[in-house]
Amino acid sequence: MKTNGGKALMDSLEAQGVEIVFGLPGGAILPAYDPLLDSSIRHVLVRHEQGAGHMAEGYAHATGLPGVAIVTSGPAATNMVTPLADAMLDSVPLVCITGQVASGAIGSDAFQECDTTGITMAVTKHNFLVTDASEIPQVIHDAFYIATTGRPGPVLVDIPKDLVDANNPASHFDDYKPSGHDLPGYNPIQDPDPQEVLKAAHLILQSKRPIIYSGGGILKARAADELRELAELLDVHVITTLMNRGGFPDDHPLALGMPGMHGNYTAVTAIQQSDLLITLGARFDDRVTGKVDEFAPDAKVIHADIDPAEFNKVRSANVSIQGDVGHTIIELIKALKQLLENHERPDWSEWKSQISGWKERFPLVYDEWQEGEGLKPQYVIEQLRDNTPDDTIVASGVGQHQMWASQFWKFNHPYTWINSGGLGTMGFAVPAAIGAKAGKPDRMVWAIDGDGCFQMTNQELVTARLEKFPVKIAVLNNGYLGMVRQWQELFYDERYSEVHLQSDLPDYKKLAEAMGCVGIRVESPEEVQPAIDQANEINDRPVVIDFRTEASENVYPMVPAGKSNSDVIVHPSQGNN
Amino acid sequence: MVEQFHTLVVRVENKPGVLARVSGLFARRGFNIQSLAVAPTDNELFSRLTIVVDAESAPLDQVVKQLDKLINVVRIQELSQRDSVNRELILATVKLIEGKEDNIMRDIESFDANVLSVGEKKIMVSLSGPPEVIDEFETVLEKYGIVEVQRTGIVALATIAR
Ligand SMILES: Cc1ncc(C[n+]2csc(CCOP(=O)(O)OP(=O)(O)O)c2C)c(N)n1
Ligand SMILES: [Mg+2]
Repeated sequence: MKTNGGKALMDSLEAQGVEIVFGLPGGAILPAYDPLLDSSIRHVLVRHEQGAGHMAEGYAHATGLPGVAIVTSGPAATNMVTPLADAMLDSVPLVCITGQVASGAIGSDAFQECDTTGITMAVTKHNFLVTDASEIPQVIHDAFYIATTGRPGPVLVDIPKDLVDANNPASHFDDYKPSGHDLPGYNPIQDPDPQEVLKAAHLILQSKRPIIYSGGGILKARAADELRELAELLDVHVITTLMNRGGFPDDHPLALGMPGMHGNYTAVTAIQQSDLLITLGARFDDRVTGKVDEFAPDAKVIHADIDPAEFNKVRSANVSIQGDVGHTIIELIKALKQLLENHERPDWSEWKSQISGWKERFPLVYDEWQEGEGLKPQYVIEQLRDNTPDDTIVASGVGQHQMWASQFWKFNHPYTWINSGGLGTMGFAVPAAIGAKAGKPDRMVWAIDGDGCFQMTNQELVTARLEKFPVKIAVLNNGYLGMVRQWQELFYDERYSEVHLQSDLPDYKKLAEAMGCVGIRVESPEEVQPAIDQANEINDRPVVIDFRTEASENVYPMVPAGKSNSDVIVHPSQGNN
Repeated sequence: MVEQFHTLVVRVENKPGVLARVSGLFARRGFNIQSLAVAPTDNELFSRLTIVVDAESAPLDQVVKQLDKLINVVRIQELSQRDSVNRELILATVKLIEGKEDNIMRDIESFDANVLSVGEKKIMVSLSGPPEVIDEFETVLEKYGIVEVQRTGIVALATIAR
């Protein structure tokens, strides 16, 4: 049967099970938007291509399915660079289709031409430039395979306009169903080496102060249950990095929460003093390690990851186990159970009571609200947490509000926390929340955003209103690029340079209303909960709450950049030891 | 000098942009390339890169693993000096200095180099051989004054086990 490139593109997406794509058309992708009308795929028309990319990411984070974005050439492709880089650093499965100028015009500086594959080479797991229409079914098949297997990541497919143009005879070819992949250089390994697993099991049983350091790989591998089983089998505490919040329930007695620059004291210190890091799907990011040379100085390291390039990149490992971290944990549990049959259980009680002591002495705290101050952002987050369903999905921007959200929310379910960890992309929250709602329409979705971040991508609330994604946005409006302000306060002698946004412009309530959303302003603590309740009741449109928060509030604990984690600064009220 | 370098023989799919992917990876990860030679293989679907990497710039293990993540990279072989044959080709145009013609001809002969072209004031020679011999030859030629020089960079193959 004959087909053409444009139709084949839509058929190929359908064949991948794609139900929804996020995009915005333009000249070079125009011919592909025509067969889109006849396909079963829902298209969400965004207001800026960056929005499409982050929506696709939010969708992928929430569902585990690959997110798909379709945009045109040139400026649309460059608008997609940030989401691609974001997805690359956070290992988010994404397939992005970009239009390109017609084959014959490539290289001629044609209108809206840019070297999309060249520009995105460094921010994609792989990219393709289609050179013949008949490649389309195979390339799309390969793109989804690469995006979703091994270490997931973004894949871009650049397609010249003439190859999807039904009026072009050269876009016609005999239809076929791709079978398999001719990718001789791509062979992701799933199953761990039993020898290494056994070594790891021995190390664990020999250790005196073990800790599980779990990262985003747990969520990518859908291994939250396995992680919990391992933790309970060993009765060892679990640290969840920013990328694995929700990967282990915060209400579990073994949960220690987030480590790193703004991690809680116990998580930071337990890692520092541990003698064995059981590292599962984490990558020793500099925001976790602080000064690498002084990170967990006495610890041996077990490192399980799907990507062997992470081994010995930052911290050398005593045992490294390549494979799907879920499979690895299952094998590790088996090996441990077997060893425990003839092995006395190690006595970790002293270590564990040390940890409990830290937990008691250094809980996350903040100063009480004083009359005349702005709202305490931590209080707002606690109120949100306590007045929304337990499985609410929270998307966040980047800055102080992100750290407070990660610290003060209780994530008891996987895939309830969606944020930009690796790239730290301001503007991520609004579109990511919309993407999450698109993927999980029955769940409540809140974005916890900063005023700076919100101003980068809030235009997508128009998309949300029109496409009926009733997300709720809590803007923690401190009138500042707060995180940067904090650094200037602490490390630049309070010399504030270009961080003041001020809280009254834009008028967030009116801005929300102008975009067809409900806008609410909250200025005093007693208004917080009623506003949240009101927002929770609204299900036919997005809601934006402008929470006027205290500008001078700082995120604690804090490990200053480049310092050792042993120099963690706790909240002033807890003294510094 | 050669010991601080590692030779990687990399089999890549013969796809457009593959060289950009490899060189881009080296650039963004801060791995220094000493030399890079690209050549077709017996199978037209694949090409072969011989990359000499500066071992000081990055641990070889990282270089290899990051390279391996490129989808178009099929196989990476690390060749040590000991277990491989390394060859390089030099082309050089050298000044012919009056009265020293005999000296230069003797030097060229002693290296078994080829004379490719001779003018009144210049001579062009070529030599292929192990990189250290090429280094030596180049140093000798420098005495006379090199007008232009081109080296190919190393190509290498594993020695055949007996
Ligand atoms: C696109 C982008 N530009 C700049 C930064 C640097 N940056 C990190 S946090 C931050 C401040 C964010 O301000 P806001 O959204 O108001 O959050 P707050 O810290 O006040 O909670 C800035 C500018 C960034 N992460 N991303
Ligand atoms: Mg702010």
